[in-house]
Amino acid sequence: MSDVILKVRDLKRDYQIGGGLFSAPRLLHAVKGVSFDVERGTTLAVVGESGCGKSTLARMLTMIDAPTSGSIEIDGTPIDITRHGITREMRQAVQIVFQNPYGSLNPRQKIGAVLEEPLLLNTSMSAAERRDAALAMLEKVGLKPEHYGRYPHMFSGGQRQRVAIARAIMLRPRLLVLDEPVSALDLSVQAQILNLLADLQDEFGLTYVFISHDLSVVRYIADKVMVMYFGEAVEYGTRDEVFGNPQHAYTRTLFAATPKADVASIRARLEKKSAAAG
Amino acid sequence: MSLLEIRNLSVEFDTASGPFRALAGVDYTVEAGEVLAIVGESGSGKSVAMLAVMGLLPDTATVTAERMSFEGTDLRSLSAAQRRKVIGKDIAMIFQEPIASLNPCFTVGFQLDEALKTHTTLNRRQRRDRVIELLTAVGIPEPERRIGAFPHQMSGGQCQRVMIAIATACNPKLLIADEPTTALDVTIQKQILDLLTRLQRDHGMGLIMITHDMGVVAETADRVVVQYQGRQMETADVLTLFENPSHPYTRALLSALPENATGDRLPTVADFARDFARETQAGTDSGREARP
Repeated sequence: MSDVILKVRDLKRDYQIGGGLFSAPRLLHAVKGVSFDVERGTTLAVVGESGCGKSTLARMLTMIDAPTSGSIEIDGTPIDITRHGITREMRQAVQIVFQNPYGSLNPRQKIGAVLEEPLLLNTSMSAAERRDAALAMLEKVGLKPEHYGRYPHMFSGGQRQRVAIARAIMLRPRLLVLDEPVSALDLSVQAQILNLLADLQDEFGLTYVFISHDLSVVRYIADKVMVMYFGEAVEYGTRDEVFGNPQHAYTRTLFAATPKADVASIRARLEKKSAAAG
Repeated sequence: MSLLEIRNLSVEFDTASGPFRALAGVDYTVEAGEVLAIVGESGSGKSVAMLAVMGLLPDTATVTAERMSFEGTDLRSLSAAQRRKVIGKDIAMIFQEPIASLNPCFTVGFQLDEALKTHTTLNRRQRRDRVIELLTAVGIPEPERRIGAFPHQMSGGQCQRVMIAIATACNPKLLIADEPTTALDVTIQKQILDLLTRLQRDHGMGLIMITHDMGVVAETADRVVVQYQGRQMETADVLTLFENPSHPYTRALLSALPENATGDRLPTVADFARDFARETQAGTDSGREARP
C-alpha cells in the first residue's frame, strides 16, 4: 500500500477558448479536480467518453501540458513544470504511447533511429551502446533484428504499436501512460499487444496509466479503475469494486451500453425479438 | 425468393505488383427482415463485398460472380442508369465515418432532400415534411431548426443519425451498414444500434451489418458470416456461432475477446493464422503475408 509511485491531488486544467475582437473568451474546465494514487507495478485504467478530459489528464501526467492547479508527485518528487521547467530526469520518469500507431512514428526515420533517439537526447551512451540497446529492445517487444533498418511504412499497425511501446520504454520509465493503445487495432492484434504489455509489466515492474473507452479491455488489464465524466472522476476504486458494484449513475449507463457477447444475453435478445414479432 | 442473393463472388484489384485477390468466392443470402452480420478483421474483404453489390468499387477492380441478384433482378445486367434507380432507393448504405460521409458545404436538410428529389415524385412542401419526419424518426431534437444546420455544427452521433435518415429516406428494402458505430462512444453506439434495429423491425428491412466487433454482432445479428483474408470461414445463426463455433478461426476470434479471458494471457489468432496459411498454401494464388 505504501509504494505509491504517482500521487495526484485535486488536479485541474482550464483552457481558454474562443474570444475574438468583440467577444470575450470562455473558460473550458477540461479536468475539474481529480485525485488518485497509483502503486508501483500496477495498472490504473482511466475510462470515459470523448471530451471527458482523459487525454488532457494524460498530457499533464506526461508534462506536455501544465496543470492549472493541483499537484502531481512522481516517486515523491513534486512535478511543477511552470515554475521549475523539465529536467532530463523528469522526462525519463514518464513516457507515453499514443493511440494511432500510423501518426506517432516519423515516416522518414528508420526504426533503429526511432528507438535510439530517446537515448541520444537523454543519456551519454555511445553510438554502439545505443545500437545494442535498440536491438535488445526490438527483441523484447517481439520484433526481429532485421527490422532495425526499416521504415515505419513497412510495418503493420500492430508492429508499429510494438515500435511505439519499445520507444517509450527505452529509457526505463517509472510510469508509462498508454493513451488508447489498442483501440485502432484488430481484435487478434489487440490481444497480442495486451499480452506484450502484461509481459513487459512483469519484466520491468512498469506502472501503467491505461486510458481507454473499451470496458472489456479495462476489465482485463486494470488493477484500479477511474471513470471520468465531463472532467470529473465520478468513480474510483479497484477493478472488482467498480465492475461489481458501480456507484455512479454514469458508470452504470456505461456498463449497460457496452455490448454483451455472451450466449445468455444473445438468447435473451432473440427471445425478446421473437416475442415482439409474435 | 431471397432479397439479396450472391453466389461465388470474387473481387480482384489490378495493382502495380500484379492482380490482388481481395475476395475469393464468397456467398451471401439475405431474406427480407433479416439482420446479417459480416464479421472480420481488416483485410478480410467485408467492405469490398458490399461495395461490389453497390457498384462503388473503382475501375481497377474486377468483379466476378455466379449470381448477384436483388429481388430476382441480376444486378450485373443493369445499365448504369437502371442501377442508380435501385441504389439509394431500394438498397442504401451507411459508412463508418459519419462526419466524412456528409458534404460539409451543404445543410443536412439539403442533403436529405437530395435523396428524396432523386427517387420520389413528392413536391417541395411534401419533401420538407418528409425530411422533418425522418429527422424526428432518427431522434434529432428540434428537426425544424436542425434542417438548416451544417454537418460541422453537429456531433458525430448526430451526423450518423442524419446519415441513417438519408439512407432510410426512400424506405429501402435492404440497408447496408459498414461499421456504423466504430467511430462513436459506447453510449452513442448503443443508441445508434437501437435505432438501426428499431428501423429495421418497423419497416421489415433486410439489414447487413459489417463489423469487426463481436459485441455488435451479439447485440444485433440474426445470422453471421465470418470472413478471413477474403474467404468465408463460417456461416451460422448468431446463437450457434457464439455457443458452438465450428471453425477454428471463429473459435480463435472469440477466445481473443478480453471478456472471455480465463488465464493470465489472451490467446491470439496468430497461432491459427499460421496453421491456416500452411493449410491453404496450395490453394492461394495471391501471396499474402500473414498478419503478425
